[in-house]
Amino acid sequence: MVLVGIELMINAAILNFVAFGRYDKTLYGGQSFALFAIVLAAAAVAVALAIVLNVYKHYKSIDPNDINDLKD
Amino acid sequence: MTISLILFYLLAATAIGSALLIVSLKNLVRSIFLFFVTLFSLAGLYVFALADFIAITQVIVYVGGVLVLMLFAFMLSNRVLLNDVKQGFKGMFALPKWQGLLISLAIFFLLLFIATSFSEQEPQWIMRARAGQTLILPSDNTIHHLGINLMTRYILPFEVISVFLMMTLIGAAHLARKEEQKV
Repeated sequence: MVLVGIELMINAAILNFVAFGRYDKTLYGGQSFALFAIVLAAAAVAVALAIVLNVYKHYKSIDPNDINDLKD
Repeated sequence: MTISLILFYLLAATAIGSALLIVSLKNLVRSIFLFFVTLFSLAGLYVFALADFIAITQVIVYVGGVLVLMLFAFMLSNRVLLNDVKQGFKGMFALPKWQGLLISLAIFFLLLFIATSFSEQEPQWIMRARAGQTLILPSDNTIHHLGINLMTRYILPFEVISVFLMMTLIGAAHLARKEEQKV
């Protein structure tokens, strides 16, 4: 759930990049960095899902409110 | 012109509506499947911003990769969450709600301020681009320029992100495998 929210925010930022990248024909800054942002989001999701699986194996739950100790 | 305008507003309304539904629905699986709709309509919006390559990348990476990964993780991890998620903070005046409300209101007013000042006067670089006719036109071959720029001007971020991607791959594999050894 938290992940979906993060992805939504990243997508909003990418939409801004792309929309204003239209005015940048010589450098294509907006579109290039939109690509980089997409790759970053994908990488973040991959790592986060590995962590989510580990947390689930540990706590039998992925609700962030249930996870309340730092060390096992 | 009008049909493209109608299509644009349709896509924007779909994106905003499904995004609002995602964050307001209690059922996690439904919200993930609604995320498909949001991502597809966002890809359509990228096409309207004349970034066809970004739109294709969006469909491939997000819809093909990220969402399937999310679905896998949620299907693997929890049978409980396939039912409705239980509500966290019931009280209207709980502290986390106030913090979230404060931050979102602040960002909303910031956006409002920027939008009003933007409609009064466009930024300098946009006016320069409009005067110098350096807008991206629908007839341009954006993939060509994008590839050249990616390999010349943005070579450093490109390399950094490739190394970063390899790091996350190794890290994710390591995180996922360490648990199997422990069990």
